[in-house]
Amino acid sequence: MTVAVLEARTWRRFTPAQRLARFAVYLAMVTAIVVSIQTVEVIPEFMLDAPEQMADLLKRMWPVAFAYYPKGVHEALVETLHIATLGTILAVLMAFPVGLMAANNITPSRTLNYIAKLLLVSSRSVNSLVWALLFVAVFGPGALAGTLAIAFRSIGFVGKLVGEAVEEANQGTIEALQAVGAPWLSVLTKGYWPQIQPAFWSVVLFRWDINVRESAVLGLVGAGGIGMALDTAMNLFQWDRVAMVLLAIFAVVIIAEIVVTAIRKRII
Amino acid sequence: MVTVTVAAGRIAFKPNWWARAGWIALVVYIVYACSLLDVTWARFMVGLDNGARFIGRMFPPNFSRWEILAKGLAESLEIAVLASTLGILVSLPIGLLASRNLMPVWVTWPARMFIALCRSFHPVIVAIVFVKALGFGALSGIAALTVASIGFIGKLFAEAIEEISLKQVEAVRATGAPFMNVITYGVLPQVFGRFMGFATYQLDSNLRNSTMVGIVGAGGIGGALFAAFQRFDYDFVCAMLLSIIFLIFVGELIATQVRAIFLERTRVDEE
Repeated sequence: MTVAVLEARTWRRFTPAQRLARFAVYLAMVTAIVVSIQTVEVIPEFMLDAPEQMADLLKRMWPVAFAYYPKGVHEALVETLHIATLGTILAVLMAFPVGLMAANNITPSRTLNYIAKLLLVSSRSVNSLVWALLFVAVFGPGALAGTLAIAFRSIGFVGKLVGEAVEEANQGTIEALQAVGAPWLSVLTKGYWPQIQPAFWSVVLFRWDINVRESAVLGLVGAGGIGMALDTAMNLFQWDRVAMVLLAIFAVVIIAEIVVTAIRKRII
Repeated sequence: MVTVTVAAGRIAFKPNWWARAGWIALVVYIVYACSLLDVTWARFMVGLDNGARFIGRMFPPNFSRWEILAKGLAESLEIAVLASTLGILVSLPIGLLASRNLMPVWVTWPARMFIALCRSFHPVIVAIVFVKALGFGALSGIAALTVASIGFIGKLFAEAIEEISLKQVEAVRATGAPFMNVITYGVLPQVFGRFMGFATYQLDSNLRNSTMVGIVGAGGIGGALFAAFQRFDYDFVCAMLLSIIFLIFVGELIATQVRAIFLERTRVDEE
């Protein structure tokens, strides 16, 4: 009896509105893919000799010019690491005020919050290579442009996460400090800072890891670092040197990731 | 009850000498690195002067060559869509192979190595290699961003699968379902929502990068942007930058909407 009633029901996981929304997304995706395939300019002939070209490339890359490392790569590699590190430090210095301005419990003004969020979003939506192009045009080629590009690109990322961490902070400690009459700066350093510290360090480490990768390509537009060595070697078709540079970048990226994972395990 | 005796002259917050030493080390490093990178105040000031002139030449943005602009943006969009599609299609099986709770060690290890390899190079560097192999144009851009997508989605997808509840997998297995059915009915429903989240995020990220791979000749608006920069055609550069930022903004809005649709807490409703 009850069994029959149950069988007559149709159980569905989603509401009609949810299903409609999902269907719309699928339809949009398929349309986008079909339109892209039809309109993209791909020359199929280029694909035919791709294996040949690839083999040629590998042949030219071998043997890797290890002898080039001490005179052409090492210095640029160190410069890349300095660009990434200095850029991250600079980004943190600039991101802190903006992040605090974006957090509603520190800056209780919706207008200021929106301005800060707009700053953070615009920092993130400009690619680091574009930032590098801009700063090369302003400061001339070199590491200064690269450092500033890395810093400006990272403000959005660090600032957003700092702001979110501050907004999530437990208000008990803050109230206790305010109750004893602690000044504004003490509330920040003794109330908020210990609470956001774990999130902060993990964000900074994560961003540094990303910045090491990004600073390796900035040289392609003249903003210093190992990308310059890569660009020179490529323009001269010295593929064995290109291979050396790529190997060096690969090694640094892997080492950076290992270092970040190790530090993160110890402090967080 | 525990009585707490308060010593006279107690300091509320003890000085943390390690932290102070850290701050000093940081300042020393900044000074050292600045000197090494030839970052000086004088250069900065000269730059500010330059910057004012530069910004003056950027405005008003020049949209008169909008055909080049529209063509470049359309190509960037196409690259982003196709690279995301290909990358997602490839990273589905690879992510599955890399998940340690469903696969034996000898399968996960090579899959993880492959994903790590895809992730370790910046898309622009990968694009250089593909430009040599596949020639100039959108195809190289698609290939380069596909590699980047595999590195990102493969990793996240593997992590998502590792976090699923194995109870459902066990239940499907207990009915004697073959492997593919275990995947489609036991695993996929649990990760699908998050997976759509990763996919939209990757589309967003590919859109950003597809505007850049053109710098090394891999199609999209990057080529035109770089060329305009080298010709000091700054008002056109400004027009392109504004368009790119607008496109990315719209892309981010759409991505947020899609994520909201798929990550909504799925209620079990009856009709």
